[in-house]
Amino acid sequence: MSALTMSGDFGLEKPVDRSTPAKGPVAQIPSRVDMISQPAAKAAAEPVKEKKTMENAATEPLATRISETLGALVRAVLPPLLGMLILIGIWYVATQKGGSIPGPVQTWDAAAKLFADPFYRNGPNDQGIGWNVLSSLQRVGIGFGFAALVGIPLGFILGRSAFLSAMINPIISLLRPVSPLAWLPIGLLVFKRADPAATYTIFICSIWPMIMNTAQGVQRVPQDYLNVARVLALSEWKVVTKILLPAVLPYILTGIRLSIGTAWLVIVAAEMLTGGVGIGFWVWDEWNNLKVEHIIIAIFVIGIVGLILEQSLILLARKLTKESS
Amino acid sequence: MEKFVQIEKVGQTFDTKKGKFVALRDIDLTVRQGEFIALIGHSGCGKSTLLNLIAGLTLPTTGVLLLEDREIAGPGPERGVVFQNHSLLPWLTCFENVYLAVERVFGAKEGKVKLKERTAAAINLVGLDHASAKYPHEISGGMKQRVGIARALSMQPKVLLMDEPFGALDALTRAKLQDELMKICDATRATTVMVTHDVDEAVLLSDRIVMMTNGPAATIGEILEVKLPRPRLRLTLAHDPAYIDYRAAVLEFLYEKQAHVEKMAA
Repeated sequence: MSALTMSGDFGLEKPVDRSTPAKGPVAQIPSRVDMISQPAAKAAAEPVKEKKTMENAATEPLATRISETLGALVRAVLPPLLGMLILIGIWYVATQKGGSIPGPVQTWDAAAKLFADPFYRNGPNDQGIGWNVLSSLQRVGIGFGFAALVGIPLGFILGRSAFLSAMINPIISLLRPVSPLAWLPIGLLVFKRADPAATYTIFICSIWPMIMNTAQGVQRVPQDYLNVARVLALSEWKVVTKILLPAVLPYILTGIRLSIGTAWLVIVAAEMLTGGVGIGFWVWDEWNNLKVEHIIIAIFVIGIVGLILEQSLILLARKLTKESS
Repeated sequence: MEKFVQIEKVGQTFDTKKGKFVALRDIDLTVRQGEFIALIGHSGCGKSTLLNLIAGLTLPTTGVLLLEDREIAGPGPERGVVFQNHSLLPWLTCFENVYLAVERVFGAKEGKVKLKERTAAAINLVGLDHASAKYPHEISGGMKQRVGIARALSMQPKVLLMDEPFGALDALTRAKLQDELMKICDATRATTVMVTHDVDEAVLLSDRIVMMTNGPAATIGEILEVKLPRPRLRLTLAHDPAYIDYRAAVLEFLYEKQAHVEKMAA
């Protein structure tokens, strides 16, 4: 078989191989196997194909391009899809004999019911999953925002002053490994209410990566840029806005990404302890109601929200640093 | 002005982990207004250190540096520096990089329109009108260095200081930029001090070549006055006996008189 027909086979196989039951990109793989296993049958079809190839010579590059993008798409989508299917398969098999863990089908049914009305309110302790996710996100947002407001300027100061850095760094090293949940009782004591205490826990866990990364970024601003600032005798304001901020921005974004990951981890645990409305509380509530399928749904929801948070920050970082580099 | 830049009994000592390191000693040099000086010497001879002292980026351990009879106590825009590795800010376009300097020097007295005119004029001077809106990573090394020169010149400095400005460029680009620099210096009558390790560059561009002895504790070995008429043309000079003599004199200094320390270090 000539290279020409090989390269064009994606475009040409489809009308010829109508007998193949499977459709879409996946169908390309069996059709290739066919070509190898049935050389005689293919040989018979060869003249027709050659003719078609001649006719399609002009559109050939387009067809090749389409087949290439399709191939790339298959390679990109197939493995994760397969992984997911295997996971669900294992889950299905493991739960088939009954037991306390619900199978994928039960969970799917429960999820369909749950997401049919995600924003209902039946009193403070019974609200739709949408409200729970949103109130968790709100806590993360507030705690995280305050952490950025305090952490980034503090990081700048620590990065600029060796003395302050030497003064504060041991304190940070001491407090950073402490689980943010250990701070929760202090928060409850100070704020007297569960909601600000949870937010404050997020603040604590988000602030360390922000300070550390910003300070590191400031310290790593190339000396060349600072020499430019010195030769031009720029004002401190210009140094900060034109040189330090743009140079440190990638580090700040890394700090933000690290801390939002931790914040989303911590909020679930914090809400389990404080109660109220929130995805963590909801998990605990459903455990008390013994609705295990809801807990599994919550695990998926938490995972997906975390993934979206992280990916959107990576996207933002890429966009901002592309503009500035 | 005969004594534009005065360097008197200047020495520079650095504190290192191994103790004191004497980089420069007993430097005496006077630069006339409009003069082009090249500092040449083997690497590690402290020529960049001397340039940084004139820039005010470092202060001398002993002695004093004066510009128009005023002590150089720190860096300032009246001494424009072209850095070895261009040092453009990557998040600003070429125009914005130059504008930052223009705004700093003339921003107090002039309006935005005038500042932009000045910036455009500086970029035009180095022939980069077409790249004005580009970011540094989008242009070649030679173009970056030209933006660096435009930035330094745009401030209308009293002294232009250049630290091996063409060291990282290929030979053809370097020659082109040398020719451009000669034209710019002839047109602006800028007082220039340039660090180089390229003998041809030094002879081609300079009024005087300051040859430094090897470090540590480097000082000025010899000063060679280059009395070639201007404008100088690279191709004509290549066969000019005077040019060849100057070149030989610098080479002799570098490779005979100052060769021994190199051997010791090796």
